[in-house]
Amino acid sequence: MKAAVLVFPGINRERDMARTLQLVSGRAPAMVWHAEHDLPAGTDLVVVPGGFSYGDYLRCGAIAARAPVMDAVRSFAAKGGLVLGVCNGFQILCESGLLPGVLMRNAQLKFICRDVYLKVERSDTPFTRGYNAGQVIRVPVAHGEGNYIADGETVAKLEGEGRVLFRYTGPDGIPDPNWNHNGAMNGIAGILNEHGNVLGMMPHPENHVEEVMGCTDGRGLFAGLVDHLAKAA
Amino acid sequence: MTAATQTKITPELVAEHGLKPDEYERILKLIGREPTVTELGIFSAMWNEHCSYKSSKVHLRTLPTKAPWVIQGPGENAGVIDIGDGLACVFKMESHNHPSFIEPYQGATTGVGGILRDVFTMGARPIACLNAISFGEPAHPKTRHLVSGVVAGIGGYGNSFGVPTVAGQTRFHARYNGNNLVNAMAVGLAEADKIFYAAASGVDMPIVYLGSKTGRDGIHGASMASAEFDDDSEEKRPTVQVGDPFSEKLLLEACLEIMEKGCVIAIQDMGAAGLTCSAVEMGAKGDLGVTLELDKVPTREAGMSAYEMMLSESQERMLMVLKPEKEKEAEDIFRKWGLDFAIVGHTTPTKRFVVKHHGEVMADLPIKELGDEAPEYKRPFVIAEKQKRVDADSVAAPMPLADALETLIATPDLCSKRWVWEQYDHVIGGNTVQRPGGDAAVVRINDGPKALAMTTDVTPRYCEADPFEGGKQAVAECWRNITAVGGRPLAITDNLNFGNPERPEVMGQFVGCVRGIGEACKDLDFPVVSGNVSLYNETNGRGILPTPSIGGVGVIDDFQKSATIAFKAAGEVILLIGETQGWLGQSLYLRDVCGREEGAPPPVDLIEERENGDLVRGLIADGAVTAVHDVSDGGLLVALAEMAMASGIGATLTEGPDDTPPHAYWFGEDQARYIVTVAASSAAPVIERARDAGVLVERIGVTGGDALSLPGERPLAVADLNRRFEGWLPGYMAGAGQ
Repeated sequence: MKAAVLVFPGINRERDMARTLQLVSGRAPAMVWHAEHDLPAGTDLVVVPGGFSYGDYLRCGAIAARAPVMDAVRSFAAKGGLVLGVCNGFQILCESGLLPGVLMRNAQLKFICRDVYLKVERSDTPFTRGYNAGQVIRVPVAHGEGNYIADGETVAKLEGEGRVLFRYTGPDGIPDPNWNHNGAMNGIAGILNEHGNVLGMMPHPENHVEEVMGCTDGRGLFAGLVDHLAKAA
Repeated sequence: MTAATQTKITPELVAEHGLKPDEYERILKLIGREPTVTELGIFSAMWNEHCSYKSSKVHLRTLPTKAPWVIQGPGENAGVIDIGDGLACVFKMESHNHPSFIEPYQGATTGVGGILRDVFTMGARPIACLNAISFGEPAHPKTRHLVSGVVAGIGGYGNSFGVPTVAGQTRFHARYNGNNLVNAMAVGLAEADKIFYAAASGVDMPIVYLGSKTGRDGIHGASMASAEFDDDSEEKRPTVQVGDPFSEKLLLEACLEIMEKGCVIAIQDMGAAGLTCSAVEMGAKGDLGVTLELDKVPTREAGMSAYEMMLSESQERMLMVLKPEKEKEAEDIFRKWGLDFAIVGHTTPTKRFVVKHHGEVMADLPIKELGDEAPEYKRPFVIAEKQKRVDADSVAAPMPLADALETLIATPDLCSKRWVWEQYDHVIGGNTVQRPGGDAAVVRINDGPKALAMTTDVTPRYCEADPFEGGKQAVAECWRNITAVGGRPLAITDNLNFGNPERPEVMGQFVGCVRGIGEACKDLDFPVVSGNVSLYNETNGRGILPTPSIGGVGVIDDFQKSATIAFKAAGEVILLIGETQGWLGQSLYLRDVCGREEGAPPPVDLIEERENGDLVRGLIADGAVTAVHDVSDGGLLVALAEMAMASGIGATLTEGPDDTPPHAYWFGEDQARYIVTVAASSAAPVIERARDAGVLVERIGVTGGDALSLPGERPLAVADLNRRFEGWLPGYMAGAGQ
């Protein structure tokens, strides 16, 4: 795996992400500054980490979506390259047009940091091959604007095409408004683009990869990617 | 000095600057002439209570500040301790009380921002934030608004900056109705031989301004924090600054980068009294003069006067002395991060603080006297008479024990604070071994196995009833909480919040608490390495409860061995360590169940504290115990309920001793106690070990089932307790009881 982690001013989970990629893949990712126009040669995974790019004083992710490096990411994605956006990264991918929909303020209008349960809807994607379809994983969220919203047609399409990859549910895998902390439509926590090579998700799998954090359910995502890329190479 | 002297310095102007007539006399004597208005502003900024510690200094000097592991004690931006492996822990707690009452969100954000800057100014990357926040009674019309704003503000800054907020205290009491408290603590990591200090060195060295631009915000903020409130305090809103965590994150990365590259000689953040305080401190500490050229200061708006620039408290700014040969390199790094960089002055051999603007000298003052020789008061104080001990036999139990427990865990002080800490990102960094809700947070150091244990503690009602015992107890509880997770307590930061020191009874509370803190620090080898004093927390003549918040840090050699409060399995033996007399004076049972807020608080026997704690720490290190919880607010039964709720496992408890009334036994707040659980087979050896150490230990029950059962009482389902425990705060914030 030759991962590249994008660094925009105000991003703050890039170190968590880099550490996780190193831990799972055995190789440190390249840290790519927002002002760059190119990705490092041979990059096979682009990660847009969490944080508050440019302070998120405008719409979350809106400024980062227009940074020079995002042109490179768009063309990388257009060629089928794998892109993972987490939290602010998901917001940036939506603002970049790489994923549909928007992330609104949490329904309760508060920032929420807690462990949530996610149902992994499919296991036949590069991002989820480390899990079983229907498996429920526990990972933390930490965001104020993670309430996924799109128009009815888009959501129907996402659901119909199996592009909702992660969904907020109770510990038993059953959707429940009480376990949908941010009010996202259909409990959507993570979605794929049309071609299945771009994933955006609000929760932080990178924070649940070591026993020290009390849970390692996030590891499967990265282990699956390593596996996929090793087979592809 | 020409134009500047045109503003006549009248007694009214002096008073508006918060300077007393005798202090103004002192200024006249010191400089031998009438000051300019800019100079008057500079004096007011340096000599106010907040910056000069003029009422508290003489007492603070009595605190123990040294230990072999202390690298830097009080007097710098933050304290520094050696935690082994070439690493240092840098930490401090600071208040932002007055601004947070006037504008809770921004007041809290800038409090967090200020303390983070104090830590990374010394070359440390912040790894955790903590806080201690106090609000008025829930029924007060302002309380919800303040809680909601302060919590959102603390989260808004820390979450965006990217540091986990891992522990804290939240309390409610009518005495904070007119003055809520926001005490923020930051903890950072640095290499022990790469700590940066404020003292400038070398003559003619460039002084560089870094960070955000200077605006007209926060002028006289420090002076506001040095006066009490009245009904017009809302009018002070313009003195509150606005926090910008994004700029601070950039400033952090840029500062650490230029420190890494060896560009920095001295560095000081611009906090209270901004440019004035930072420049004076750098010069005074380095025995040098400083000349500032205000025309070069990056400003947010045109036409700012020297007076405004010197007193602005715009946030996210730093002052540095750079190595001249590294200037270009440092500038490039700052430009990369999109931050302002300007050479605004230089060091001089004169020990004068000279401020120039538009080619004119606006101020020319002796630098040492501005800082080191600020007025110092030995204010008169009276220590209040001690309250009588409440005899447990004289307190009738108004309800069954089970009802009392249900009541207590749903009170504002004892209920779950999840509503608060879920608004703080407490997992960023991937090192939070123990999240909020336990005795102390545990944060892994880099890749481990070492970890830091950290907590904030104080019991203001004890301090009010007996400042000396209350001061002792605050330190002891902090030490105990670190011990309860398996940590070796190393040092504290103290954030002393009191009312108006010009009132002898308030000064008496301050003096009493400081004496108590000093005694506990000495006996527990737990020195004070940094701190902050916040006085004048008073509205219309009524002061807050004396609130000396103690923030402590300890080290755990292997984070995997840290203990947690949750019961681990059914069938384990529950042991109580320490002596239980059934002390009801100042207990929450007496206050919230019996409606009596009175009596002497529980005394702290520091020898017993140490013996009991050392035993518990040893048991944890040896893996001899499965769960550990200190017994504090609410007493034994509340602590047991917390252990049950954290796990979902119940317990069957045995009868208390015959000679103590049951409600005093189960709810008394005797100090130096811990509850531990052990596997049934290892109960005997653990009891043996305690007895060998001369520590009192008793079996009080067995874990198991899904309810907490007391002899002769109805069993309490853990799930039901948990619902009550979790319910109060969200219900209150959603408007219940309105």
